[in-house]
This record gives sequence, C-alpha cells and structure tokens, in this order.
Amino acid sequence: MELYGVEIDSRLLLGTAQYPSPAILADAVRASGAGILTVSLRRESGRLREGQDFWGLIAGLNVKVLPNTAGCHSVKEAVTTAQMAREVFGTNWLKLEVIGDADTLQPDVFGLVEAARILTEDGFEVFPYTTEDLVVAERLIEAGCKVLMPWGAPIGTGMGLNNVYGLRSLRAHFPDVPLVVDAGIGKPSHAAAAMELGYDAVLLNTAVAKAGDPVAMAGAFKLAVEAGRTAYLADPIEPRDMAAPSTPVFGRASLA
Amino acid sequence: MAAQTRVTVLGAGVAGLTTAVELAERGADVTVLERGARVGERACSWSAGGMLAPWCERESAEEAVIAGGEVALDWWPAHVDGVVRQGTLVVAPARDSAELARFARRTSRFETLDGDGVAALEPDLAGRFRSGLFFPDEAHLDPRAALAGLEARLAALGGRIRFGVEADADGAEGDAVVDCRGFAAREAFPDLRGVRGEMLVVRTRDIAFQRPVRLLHPRIPFYVVPRADGLFMLGATMIESAERRGPVVRSVVDLLNAAYALHPAFGEAEIVETRADVRPAFPDNLPRVETRGRVTYVNGLYRHGFLLSPACARAAADAVLGPKEMSHEADRERRRA
Repeated sequence: MELYGVEIDSRLLLGTAQYPSPAILADAVRASGAGILTVSLRRESGRLREGQDFWGLIAGLNVKVLPNTAGCHSVKEAVTTAQMAREVFGTNWLKLEVIGDADTLQPDVFGLVEAARILTEDGFEVFPYTTEDLVVAERLIEAGCKVLMPWGAPIGTGMGLNNVYGLRSLRAHFPDVPLVVDAGIGKPSHAAAAMELGYDAVLLNTAVAKAGDPVAMAGAFKLAVEAGRTAYLADPIEPRDMAAPSTPVFGRASLA
Repeated sequence: MAAQTRVTVLGAGVAGLTTAVELAERGADVTVLERGARVGERACSWSAGGMLAPWCERESAEEAVIAGGEVALDWWPAHVDGVVRQGTLVVAPARDSAELARFARRTSRFETLDGDGVAALEPDLAGRFRSGLFFPDEAHLDPRAALAGLEARLAALGGRIRFGVEADADGAEGDAVVDCRGFAAREAFPDLRGVRGEMLVVRTRDIAFQRPVRLLHPRIPFYVVPRADGLFMLGATMIESAERRGPVVRSVVDLLNAAYALHPAFGEAEIVETRADVRPAFPDNLPRVETRGRVTYVNGLYRHGFLLSPACARAAADAVLGPKEMSHEADRERRRA
C-alpha cells in the first residue's frame, strides 16, 4: 500500500492513546504488525517539548508516525497544532481532525476542507478524518488530499460500519484514492468488513487499547485485516435471494 | 550496642518518608535530605488522592498493584492516624452503564449494588445512580496529614529531615543512600518519564461522603476523595507530559463537570486549591527498587505513591539492611560487632 509515495507493509494503522501502560502499548504495536502509528499532540506538551519521553518510546518502536490534531475544534487550532506537530515529529504527514460536535466528535467538514487547503499549501501531506460524504470527499481532493479517511462510526463508540452503503459508494467513486476507515471500529469483524469493501486500510485505537488484553486483541486485528484484504482480492460471491445447492443434483440416485 | 548503619534518604515525599521510617524502625540512623522548605512543598505526593484502592486500580494496572496494595492496607494504619477503611464506591451515569460492566470484568473483591445499595452507602447519592460497585476492603487517607504523621514518627525514632538541601546520590554522606527523588532523579533512569496530573480541592457542607467515589466516564475517569472540614479532593488528569505549570482550563473544566455530574451540590462548592505536578513512571507504570553500589533507588511510583510506597520501603530497607542484599562488607562487620 502506497500513501503519499511511501510504501507501507501493513494495512493496519494503530492509535497510541489510552493503553494501560507504554509497555503494553509497545507489545500491542508489535503484535498488530501496524505499519503506521498515530500520535496526538497535546499543545502544552508540544510547546515545551516536555512530552518527549512518550514520543521517544513511540519512536523506539520503529514504526512510521502519523501525528494528528485530535481534539481541535477550529481551523486555526488545527493549523497551529499541525505546525507544532511537524516540528516535534519531523514529518509532513498529518492526520487532520477538525471536530464539529462535542458529543459525537463528528468532523466539521467545512473547517476540514479549509484546514486541508491551508496545510497542503504549507507542504503538509494531509490524511483527513472525514465523513463518508462524497461531495466533501471531492472538496478534500481538490484541496490537495491524496488519502481519505472516512469514519466507520463516531470515535470510540466501537459500533463498526454505520453506513455500509455510503462507504461502498465512496469506494466506487474514488477507485484510485487510498481510503482508510478511521474510527468506530470495535471488533476485528468490523475491520474485516471494511477490508472486504475494498478499503485500503483501517485505523483504530480504543478497540485495542481498552480491550481486556490489548496485546491479544492487537493480534486478532492483524489477522482480521489480512483476512478481509485477502477476501476482497479473492472476489467474494454476491448475495442472492434464490437458494442454490452446493452439491450437484445431477447423478443422484433416483428413488422414484 | 551495635553501631547503627547511617542511611541518607534523598527526598521527603511519600517514597522517601515511608523508606526513612521503615529504616529507622529497623535500627538505622536516618537523615532525610529534602530540597523544599518543608514536607510536601515540592513533592508530587502533596497532590495525591490518598486512595488505598488496589482492587480498583487493577482495572488499568498490572497484577502487582494488588500485592503491594495489601501491604499498604496494613502498613498505613500501623504508622499514621486517620486511615479510613470504608471501601470505595464506583458509579457510572446511566448512559455509561457499559463502563461499569467493563470495570467489573477487570476487577475483583467488589459487591454489585442497585440504586438502594448505593443510597445505603452514600445517602447523598440517593436516586442518582441505578447501579454501582462497592469495594469494601479498600481504604483512604489524607496524604498531607499522613506525610506529617510520618515526619513526626521519624523524629520520634531519632531520625531527622534537613530541608532546603539539594543533593544527589553520589555526593550524599552515610553508609548507604536511598534515592527517592522521583522525577528529579531522572538522570539515573533513561526510561523514567513524567505523567502530568491536575487536581482540585473544593469545600462544601452540602455533601458528606464516607469513602472515595469514582465516576466512570468514557472520556474523563474521575474520583472524589472526602477529607476533613468539608473538603473534597477532585482528581485527576493523566497527561503524557512532564510540564509543571498550573492546571489548564480544559482539565479544570472537565474535572468540575464530572463533579457536577456526580452531585449538583458541587456546583456551589468553594474552590480552595488547584494544583498540578508530575508523576514519575516507568514504561510498565510499576515502581522499581534497584541497588547500584551503595545507592538504592526507589522510583516510578506513578499514580500509586501511597498505595505502593510501603512495599517499596520494605524492599529498600531489605536492600540496605538485610544480610542477603548487603553490598558493603564494612556494614556487615559493623552489625556483627
């Protein structure tokens, strides 16, 4: 899978928040085989670089880091946070979040498009956290995004793919844009379902971090992502209404 | 009479004072060096909640907190006044009842309560929560009173604290040194990190709790610890940062919103204090007691200063005074004499 010109081995992206400890986070990352880790920047940490101990632990895992603007509610806040993140992490990659609603953490898609344009012009390579809306997706691509990350369900809910039709449409409309389902994944079956739809990757955090055994769950997601991708490439059958016997009738003994 | 082993303890936070008292009780001549002007002035344990809650903490901590916590439940009442063994109550808003189920799956030694059960324990919460978990074997204390109690206990045992002294392990006098400086000793541990915490103290006479109450919330895990004189400690944030400036508005808003959700009377409480500090933590969030030459380090107590310091103090005293861990031939000879 190629994202902004970088070849990534794994189709699982993992967030780094909410784990019981950094040691368990490190073990979970290894078990997941994740190719990219997202890291949120607390602005107070970024300014004084006092959060460097935690970043140091993540850097030591030798996995590509995707900084994000988690918790930003305005274009200005997101742009400022992005600039700090670039300085702290030394990468132009950025997961862009502009939250529009405090309860659902739904993206503010208008602010998202605006921030994506500003940041792309500033040299960032933006991974926008968006909804499955096709028109917003068009605007994000016009703004310079070369990857799209629609939600499966609101962040942290674990509800899975809330709008399979919308996600399928998005895939059909953008066959050549890398698409990553970001947020709402609760179980490995959700991740497999996203991959079976032809999504290029999934991004999740809470489902692993808050599991009773995060390391085992990370391994389960690794398998599910691989299974879903393999199934997609194997061209699954279409569902149909009419039952069809899998054993041929021809040649069966006739008792009449 | 045998000559006493002279031990210098660096730091008069909870790790330093528990270690100093444990050493003095085992016969050592103990001097504590503290950079602050008085106990607590520059110790992160001054900001602690003071919950002795190993079974609750197991929700997100390793199994080792339970054994260490059981030591603490015996050690503290034997050393200071004011340890209240009334358990811990855990509740969640109806919307977040799944959080309560999850908490129950990860923990042990609790009773499941219905709304009447919650009200029977804490009458001020009557009608507010339909279910809860009660951890009857847990306890709490006032960290500031407990540190003062240890200071007095140490003095009674003949130990002393020298304030306003910045010292490191190499320069300290004594047969042995125990470095309990927390995050200030980070040069000794490349993998020690800071985890920032913010807390408030409020005062209200409209609420009376017998025990710490935890409110589960998917975004803001929150607890209230009752103290004397209508005071309540509200805590605490967990931020991967070693920054020491005062509490930020967002954290204070989150903590106060949670308090208000627990009981609306907190809306009228007086804000007495806000405070932020940095917890020392290792990657597994468990403490270490480690001896290098004549220096024993106690560090990484994370959010478990009062819960795990007694077990660490015992291990440190074993390392300094116990015959198996003796690193100094001279000390061994002296004690035999």
